[in-house]
Amino acid sequence: MHELGITRNIVAIVSDAAKGRRVSRVTLEVGKLAGVMTGAIAFCFDVVAAGTPLEGASLEIREVEGRARCRSCGTEFTTPTLYTPCGCGARDAIRLQGEELKITTMELEAA
Amino acid sequence: MCGICGCADNQGATLLNLQTGETSTVSSHAHAHEHGHSHGTAHIHAHEHHDDDPAHRHDHHHHNDHHRHHHHDAHAHGHGVTVDLEARILAKNDALAAKNRAWFAGREILALNLVSSPGAGKTALLERTIRDLKDELALCVIEGDQATAADGERIRAAGAAAVQVNTGTGCHLEADMIAQAVKALKPAPNSVLLIENVGNLVCPALFDLGERAKVAILSVTEGEDKPLKYPHMFRAAALLLMNKTDLLPHVDFDMDKAIAHAREVNPEIEVLQISARSGAGLEAWYGWLRRELDLAKQAVFA
Repeated sequence: MHELGITRNIVAIVSDAAKGRRVSRVTLEVGKLAGVMTGAIAFCFDVVAAGTPLEGASLEIREVEGRARCRSCGTEFTTPTLYTPCGCGARDAIRLQGEELKITTMELEAA
Repeated sequence: MCGICGCADNQGATLLNLQTGETSTVSSHAHAHEHGHSHGTAHIHAHEHHDDDPAHRHDHHHHNDHHRHHHHDAHAHGHGVTVDLEARILAKNDALAAKNRAWFAGREILALNLVSSPGAGKTALLERTIRDLKDELALCVIEGDQATAADGERIRAAGAAAVQVNTGTGCHLEADMIAQAVKALKPAPNSVLLIENVGNLVCPALFDLGERAKVAILSVTEGEDKPLKYPHMFRAAALLLMNKTDLLPHVDFDMDKAIAHAREVNPEIEVLQISARSGAGLEAWYGWLRRELDLAKQAVFA
C-alpha cells in the first residue's frame, strides 16, 4: 500500500504550491509501469485531502502506456510489462515512457 | 493530526539505537511536517494562465517531450486558474536519497539496500556475514521492520552496531529514515552499511535510499516465478542471492528456471547461490562485497 504514501506526497506537494489557496482539481500522469495502482491513489485521495486546501478537489489521472526503443534494431515498441522484449528478440531497450509518476497541473479556485 | 496532509501523528516511524537504547521518531512520509519548503526538483512554472483572459486562449503545449496532451479542459472552466506543476511525486525522497548517496560517497561507505519477501533469510544472512567478516570489514546495519526490535537485537548479538527503524504502518523504508538512522549509527569511513528493508517485494523498489546497489534475496522455498511476479524489484537489483540452497533436496524449486526468470526481467543481474545456514556459496558473496567496497572507494574520484 505505498499508494497511501504516494497520495500523501501528492497532497503535500500541491498544498505547498497552492500557498493557501483552495485547489479544485489536480491532474496526474502515471505510467502503467510505474508500479502504482491508479485506483488505489484515487481511493486514498479524498481521505488524505480532507482538512487540506485540496479537500473536495477532483483528481484526474492520465495513464501513460509503456513504450521503449530497441538498442539493437532501433524499433519503437509498446511494452505492456517491464520486461517485454522487442519484436527482434532483443531485451536491451531504452524506456521511452510508462514509468511517469508526476503531478502535471493543479487548478486553483479564483482568489 | 497534521493540518496540511491529514495524516495522523502516530503514523511516524520510530528509531531505536541499539547501542545507546535511545529512541526517536521519524515521520513515515516524505514531507516530514516541514511545510513551506520548496520540494526539491519540483519546479513550478511561473506563469498562471487565466481562463477568462483572451490573451491566453492558446492551445497550451507543455515543454516536456513525452507529454503531449492539450489542456482543453483548463479553458472549459469559467473560474480559477490552472497552474503547471510538473512535479515528480517522489522528488523529495529522491532528493534526500541523493544527499545520502553523496554523504556515503564522501566517506567511502558502501551502502547496500537488502530487499526480499518476509522470511527469505535477510537477517540470517546478515548475522552470518557479520560473524564471518567482522574482523576484516567494518560493518553496521539499519534494520527496517514494521514493529519490534528483534532483528536489531540479533544483529547486535552477532557483533555489529545496529539501528532499528520501525515503520509502524509503513511498508518500506524511505530516504529520510536512513538519514536519521545514519545520524544515530555514525558509520565509520570505509565501512559497509547494510540496510535491511522491510520484507516486501513491492514498495521498497520505488523508494531510493541512497544505496550503491539493491541486493535481492530469494529463497528456494519460494516460487521460481517471483521475478516475473515482482519485476520492479528484480529489475532494480544489481545482485540476486538465491538463499537456502541447503533445502534444495527437499523442495520442488527449479533453480535454472528461477535464474532465467530473473534475467528475463533484468539481463544485467548477477546471481549467486548461497546458504546462510550451511555457509555454502558465501565466499562468492563476500567477494562481491569486497569488490563493491573497492568500487565505492574509486567512485569518489570518478
